[in-house]
Amino acid sequence: MSITIHIPTPLRRFTAENGEVEVEGQTVGEALKDLTRRHPSLERHLYNDQGALRSFVNVFLNDEDVRHLERDGTAVKAGDTLSIIPSIAGGGR
Amino acid sequence: MTLPQLGPEEIRRYSRHLIMPEVGTEGQRRLKAARVLMIGGGGLGSPIGLYLAAAGVGTLGLVEFDTVDESNLHRQVLYGRSDVGRPKLDAAMDRLGEVNPLIQLVPHNTRLDSGNALKLFEGYDIVVDGTDNFPTRYLVNDACVLTGKPNVYGSIFRFEGQVSIFWGAQGPCYRCLFPEPPPPGLVPSCAEGGVLGVLPGIIGSLQANEVIKLILGAGDPLIGRLLLFDALRLRFRELKLKKDPNCPICSAHPTQTGLIDYEQFCGIAPEAEEPEEADFDIQVDELARWRDQGRDFTLLDVRNPMEYEIARIEGAKLIPLHELRDRLNEIDTAADLVVHCHHGPRSAQAVGFLRQMGFARARNLAGGIAAWSREIDPEVPQY
Repeated sequence: MSITIHIPTPLRRFTAENGEVEVEGQTVGEALKDLTRRHPSLERHLYNDQGALRSFVNVFLNDEDVRHLERDGTAVKAGDTLSIIPSIAGGGR
Repeated sequence: MTLPQLGPEEIRRYSRHLIMPEVGTEGQRRLKAARVLMIGGGGLGSPIGLYLAAAGVGTLGLVEFDTVDESNLHRQVLYGRSDVGRPKLDAAMDRLGEVNPLIQLVPHNTRLDSGNALKLFEGYDIVVDGTDNFPTRYLVNDACVLTGKPNVYGSIFRFEGQVSIFWGAQGPCYRCLFPEPPPPGLVPSCAEGGVLGVLPGIIGSLQANEVIKLILGAGDPLIGRLLLFDALRLRFRELKLKKDPNCPICSAHPTQTGLIDYEQFCGIAPEAEEPEEADFDIQVDELARWRDQGRDFTLLDVRNPMEYEIARIEGAKLIPLHELRDRLNEIDTAADLVVHCHHGPRSAQAVGFLRQMGFARARNLAGGIAAWSREIDPEVPQY
């Protein structure tokens, strides 16, 4: 089953400039692992050395923050969309 | 509160507002009574200032300390050719005063910091965040929560924008979404990553829209929602935001009740504490001497290929920063190594990494290719 992951602009250089990546998995954690398997250089931007998601990386399942669901363990189903939401600070100075 | 009356000149000027029931005379009087503080008069601040002034926001404050640079003009439509070199604050006051002389403009010629933010915010009803760095974003958020003001937030990067209203009293704050900042250097700034000129025009206009709605009490404000905009694919998406019950600043039991050192919070060490600074950096004039003496060294350019196409230093080898890790084998470990980027931050990051990897002789070209062009070789274009 296929899940779509939205890749934000700052991370697209690690996905060959793809804004969307199709992945497989039963949970949010599995889907993200499949993403970093397909694009290994993303891994250190999403996970810390202990293998946990970095605290400044926000993941939304459809329009809900997974921190308010069951985080990595949140179940996903075909057709769901995961979005990685980055901190960006630009104001155009 | 008694709302101020509108004079004949105001009735003429705002007539297209007055005939709409959603604004009307009462709404326009609310706008006249409103006090809005803009943090930053850059890409986002340009449309925010122009539209809020034009709409008749009665008191419009601007915090700004920068000067107008030629490279600002592709997006900062508040300024024109003749403003280059002027303080942005002066140029903005002139321009906004020309747009609408019927409002009160309040210039704040200062850098927002933990010492002045609370007092400054107290004098306003709404704060609009158009800053360009993480420490100030966290500072604006925390000062808004502590003073109970809504923070109309907008942020941009390359082709992508975010908009929301963070208002601790009514919903989530910035920290509920982003509890911690990314480490310094991980997310490039607009100066390093570039930005599509029209993008701040779109995002800043959306912020102005939300400010006006908050003042009027009209429509659905963007509280508890994050609007994402992708200019390349021309798509808007919306995400739900919730208040973090453990938020250190806006929850019912905050662990932080005052402002903190935001540079430190964002992992930015004070400049004086940087170790071996002299040894870490090399100045452009010294590099020019090395070159003239025929000394053997490698010059490494860590900018992206688009920048390399615009301007390059003769003899430099291009390895974009994000490829460095995978291309270390292309660098001679024995030779002196000088790394440069546009202004210095990316190459400083590269030198830090290279030294960790054992390139003990790696040094950072202070001021980057911009300083080289300015002081050594004017044939290299400035961008």
